[in-house]
Amino acid sequence: MIVNLGFGALLIAFILCIYGAAAAAYGARDGRDPWLASARSAMLLTFPLLTLAALSIIYALVTFDFQLDYVASVTSRSMPTYLRVTALWGGQAGSLLFWAWLMSAFASAVMLRDWRRDREFLPWVILVSLVTLGFFLALIIFFENPFARLWQGVTGTVFAGVWQPAGAIPYIPIDGNGLNPLLRHPGMIIHPPMLYLGFVSFVIPFAFAIAALITGRSDDRWIRLTRRWTLWAWLFLSLGLILGSRWAYDVIGWGGYWGWDPVEIAAFMPWLTGTACLHSVMIQEKRGLFKHWNMLLIILTYDLVIFGTFLTRSGVLSSVHAFAQSAIGPLFFVFIAATLLLSLYLLNRRWESLKAEGEMTSWLSREALFLVNNLLFIGILVVCFWGVVFPLITEASGAIGEWFPSLRGIFSGQRITVGPLFYERATGPLWAGLLLLMGIAPLSAWRASTARTLGRAIWKPFAISLLVLAGMLIGGLRSFGALLGLWLCAFVLLVTAYEFWRGMRARAARGENYFAALANLMARNRRRYGGYIIHIGVILIAIGIIGVEFFQTETQGQLAIGESLEIADYRMEYESLSEWNTNDNRLVDRAVVSVYKDGVFLRELYPRRDYYYESQQAMTIPGVRSTIEEDFYVLLVEWEEISASRATFKIYHSPLINWIWIGGLVFVVGNLIAAWPQAEAYDARLRRTAPAGARAEAG
Amino acid sequence: MPTDISSTSRANRRKFLIGGGVILLAVVYLIATATAANAQFFYTVDELEARGAEAVGQPVRIAGAVLGDTIEYDPETLRLSFTIVHTPADVQLINDEGGLAAALDAAVADPSRNRLDIVYVGVRPDLLQHAAEAIVTGSLQADGTFEANELLLRCPTRYEESVPGQAQG
Repeated sequence: MIVNLGFGALLIAFILCIYGAAAAAYGARDGRDPWLASARSAMLLTFPLLTLAALSIIYALVTFDFQLDYVASVTSRSMPTYLRVTALWGGQAGSLLFWAWLMSAFASAVMLRDWRRDREFLPWVILVSLVTLGFFLALIIFFENPFARLWQGVTGTVFAGVWQPAGAIPYIPIDGNGLNPLLRHPGMIIHPPMLYLGFVSFVIPFAFAIAALITGRSDDRWIRLTRRWTLWAWLFLSLGLILGSRWAYDVIGWGGYWGWDPVEIAAFMPWLTGTACLHSVMIQEKRGLFKHWNMLLIILTYDLVIFGTFLTRSGVLSSVHAFAQSAIGPLFFVFIAATLLLSLYLLNRRWESLKAEGEMTSWLSREALFLVNNLLFIGILVVCFWGVVFPLITEASGAIGEWFPSLRGIFSGQRITVGPLFYERATGPLWAGLLLLMGIAPLSAWRASTARTLGRAIWKPFAISLLVLAGMLIGGLRSFGALLGLWLCAFVLLVTAYEFWRGMRARAARGENYFAALANLMARNRRRYGGYIIHIGVILIAIGIIGVEFFQTETQGQLAIGESLEIADYRMEYESLSEWNTNDNRLVDRAVVSVYKDGVFLRELYPRRDYYYESQQAMTIPGVRSTIEEDFYVLLVEWEEISASRATFKIYHSPLINWIWIGGLVFVVGNLIAAWPQAEAYDARLRRTAPAGARAEAG
Repeated sequence: MPTDISSTSRANRRKFLIGGGVILLAVVYLIATATAANAQFFYTVDELEARGAEAVGQPVRIAGAVLGDTIEYDPETLRLSFTIVHTPADVQLINDEGGLAAALDAAVADPSRNRLDIVYVGVRPDLLQHAAEAIVTGSLQADGTFEANELLLRCPTRYEESVPGQAQG
């Protein structure tokens, strides 16, 4: 009953999408305000309707309504309640509904703002939001319906369908398949929603950009209106990626945090364009440059978000060729192609009116460095995109070999793939370039900037960073990559600290004490100093990554009780192993090991393996001793049945790895400082007429 | 962006075009060298078989369906061995067989298909089971076994579509 209500609400929401989009387009003309108001109401109504639809699915999940195909495929009686709720986004159909629900929530929130100054944008923001939402609802209703039920036909076959076919009787499985064990992790509560929040909220800036293109407003009003949205979207997306890396570290049991899997890359690509966009809109605000570029970036981000949603729907697969294995694959590609072409057509139509208002003169100016930053981010994007599509290209290139037999040696049509090493090698220098820019750009001036002025600003932190480099050399570090990376990290940290110090000192000179000066500094210019804190977070993450990439070691071996394995300064002794059944249908095998460092007993660890009877799948859960300088990470690989006198372990020693997540926290704090709503936005026009060459306040 | 640059004076324009071009070339260079150094042919078992001795020692990637009965693991040396069966690589062919899960089931049930013995040293993956898809990276040895240094597994539809005879909604 409740499920029927939810399905009805879903259908009505879909009809409202079509109606609202049409009404918005019609109501865009002056004097048709009632139509516009009606479109806005339609937009606002989708939220309660989709809330009802989502709640009815959650209700079905929690109450084990196994007649629903979706419920039977992602839950089982033994799953705890919180996991049954999260199963809403544990499968494809449910996660699409969840996506649509978030989308309507965000679009509705936008509807509630004061539109009097920007009435011309409203119809087009509604149109873009409702078309996007409508696309997802159509996918849900016609292809991946979480409300589909199981029926048994006259011949005895069981199938899924929304409506009861003639002669068929309801089919209710005794128990469901259960959620994939890899997804049964507390991270599952928060990681997918954050990623989806990030995806969905990037639709809003895109909607405003399209509205600006359609209405022909060539100023940066759309950027100013969506600046904070974009920051929130970016925060959620970043958080989704960071949490995903932590989940991978805890669950997948390979001591790593990122595997350059196509699914990861799909979520990473909109982050890259989004990050580039966050930087380059500042140049448009400040200098009136890069208007086309910003439009392109936001259009690209939107389509990469749709692409990412399509690919990440099945996040646990080691997706080597996960393309288009579902009926909805082609539809996604058609939608992406259509929105991309239409957006580019609109951009082309307004190309002339989006001409730059000034010109760049110096490579050392802030705007030029931002341009380099953008090129590097796009470079990383191209590397990622190349890695994902390269196998498809090589396969398709076989057609060339067919036509030109002489070229068959090169274009054989054989699929060729690239692995993680490709990404590391191709993006490594680009990341290093970005780190360097992070150190230089904050000290460069807008417009005219010369090597001399820049040198004067930069020499102090630079000199100290060389001392750090010398220290690392004396300390015995010899890896070139690690030295370069850590030196860059030190340089950026020093520059950032120096920026804070200069701001504080200037205020302190006016009689504030240093703590008050710091607080006022940040409150006065939250985007700039929030941005610096984000930079510090990124540097900490970089330190963690350098630690793992250059210094991680591993060892493995079979131990009898009382025997030990050694790695770095650690020694691990095998104590015992026990086995028991849990009441949620698992067989647990858990080893007890003692960890010693430099001969001193630290603690026991309990690496274990859970076998899930219903899905017949095992899951290895590491024992980890985590400190800020290093992690000791042990996996239980195998053991002798019954006697348990011998067991096999694999150990990873990962220096600095925790800084990845500590940096993630700092990153989030900085982002919150930058994005938190302000009582009254400062008047940008005033600041734009500030004297030329004056140091920028907003960084 | 090109227009932004074109609106600047000519000398300026050249300066930024050259600089931008250098960055562009650097990215192209990085992609080209990284691709050349890390590209691996992705074969099916049949394709590897067809190449015969020519393929020995070449770094390649192979996908196939795991035969559950052949899985052997020595916990002392961490030597894992199993046999994979040819599965089609073409998405179209996989769909014709009724999706990846059905294609894998068909592969393990068909004794006439080509098979390949895989050897891998390391932790036994949780997902290694009968009719899973194994994607191994490594090289063919002279004795006909395949030595893998990377092993990925996926059981594509075990969770979402294991209800019998599911029709498209």
